[in-house]
Amino acid sequence: MSRKISEEEYRRQRIVRMKRWLSGEKDLYLDNMEVIPRSEYKPDRKQMERYEHDLDEVMSRTYDTEHNRVYRFFQRFYKMAAVLCCIVLILILIVEVSYLPPVGSASNPASNEVAAKYIEDGMQDTGAVNIVTGMILDYRAFDTFGESNVLFIATCTVLILMRNDKKKGKGSAEDEERRDSFYEPKKDAILQMGARILVPVIMLFGIYIILNGHLSPGGGFSGGAIIGAGLILYLNAFGFEKTERFFTEKTYKTVSFGALLFYCLAKSYSFYTGAHHLESGIPLGTPGAVISSGLILPLNICVGLVVACTMYAFFALFRKGGF
Amino acid sequence: MAIFEYILMGFLVVCAISVSFSKNLLNSILIFMSYSLVMSIIWILLESPDLAITEAAVGAGVTSVLFFVTLKKIHALGEEDEETDE
Amino acid sequence: MFGSNLLPNLGEVVAMILFGIGFANLLLQKNLIKKIIGLNIMDTAVYLFLAIKGYIEGRTAPIVVNGVQEVEAYINPIPSGLVLTGIVVSVSVTALMLSLTVRLYRRYPTPDLDGISSRLKKEGI
Repeated sequence: MSRKISEEEYRRQRIVRMKRWLSGEKDLYLDNMEVIPRSEYKPDRKQMERYEHDLDEVMSRTYDTEHNRVYRFFQRFYKMAAVLCCIVLILILIVEVSYLPPVGSASNPASNEVAAKYIEDGMQDTGAVNIVTGMILDYRAFDTFGESNVLFIATCTVLILMRNDKKKGKGSAEDEERRDSFYEPKKDAILQMGARILVPVIMLFGIYIILNGHLSPGGGFSGGAIIGAGLILYLNAFGFEKTERFFTEKTYKTVSFGALLFYCLAKSYSFYTGAHHLESGIPLGTPGAVISSGLILPLNICVGLVVACTMYAFFALFRKGGF
Repeated sequence: MAIFEYILMGFLVVCAISVSFSKNLLNSILIFMSYSLVMSIIWILLESPDLAITEAAVGAGVTSVLFFVTLKKIHALGEEDEETDE
Repeated sequence: MFGSNLLPNLGEVVAMILFGIGFANLLLQKNLIKKIIGLNIMDTAVYLFLAIKGYIEGRTAPIVVNGVQEVEAYINPIPSGLVLTGIVVSVSVTALMLSLTVRLYRRYPTPDLDGISSRLKKEGI
């Protein structure tokens, strides 16, 4: 070819070097080496197997923990250091406890004017005979709202982790049936007889504790946990089919979400007004009656429903992976 | 009454130590259930009946049942079934 | 080194010992389920400490009887409310950790932390 400059000078120009590097013929850092494949690459099965075998060997020799002296020394050191750390922690805490004011004395700094206000004005302001229930559902209702939210979030998370989707995986009909019959309990006569007697009593007791939360010890949490335990017993004794008759997934969603929404609408004004109390408009009634104390009874029922649904949902998700 | 309280608290410490030293997982969960129950009794002695009912229903009830179901899923429970299958 | 109130505060000392035992379980056990039991023991030890803080000798439970509303007749109701929330949160945390354990078991079929860690390394993560 006739050019003004020779071939070598042409190739040394910058633009040409850039073009050749972009098209893959020449690497700027490896002088004048041309990277053009000579023949096509055919994967060789035996070579791949040998390669994987070598890789396994190297991995197991590198991360070998049996013959590694530093690792074993570290294991022993870690155990002794952990025990020492815990003993030092216990000693520091015991020394600190011994300087606290004595247990049970009436002049502790912990019983200050806040506790005095709750005890003296508790029944007048809230109408509840049980001071603790009146405190957590009237003076400090916002904290209980946060706690119900924690239960709801925990259920959502366990649902994500443990759910068994029937559409994925081996979806043949007999596989489903075999898996379901594995989860159904076998018909146990003693368990069924015992559950027939016990479950109505447990449910009645749970409802009694929820409704009497403001008159005697109890409240939403305890009653809800008892009802949840009763539902778990029923599920264990009679299987999933019979429980589906009155407690499907739709029931669970409606009840749980509806109760939480009611609580939110009743008490979430505290986001905006802080500690100022809004009157709810419901009359307080006479202390000692079941229908009394304003908004505390509906809130107790809401909390009880959320807790009961949560406990049942945990068990059903662990057991079967669905409702 | 103080002596009774101290005996129960000593039982608590014994339960907690024996949970860590037992080899069988099922045994340690049963001991944990009894730990929860004794804790519930201590709360009655400390004059808080709300806490006692809640701890009895939740600790010795729902939490322990969840542990059992997890053990079943981890296949750490049914040793007899495996032997009869083979 | 020790203050003067060691013997009257024996309940709180027991709560601290239980906290230490739970913490040691959390650090030293190899099985995942025992770690979770250790965390639960730590939780209940803290609740015991809080409930002891609210106890006053000679007074009764905070439920109004016969219209008596003096401060000198009832114990402090505030720690009771705090612990009530705490117990339910503790059961939620336990359920979450158990479900994580089940998923971990499905992936690496061993409930031992050492086994899981060595398999992770061999896979190259």
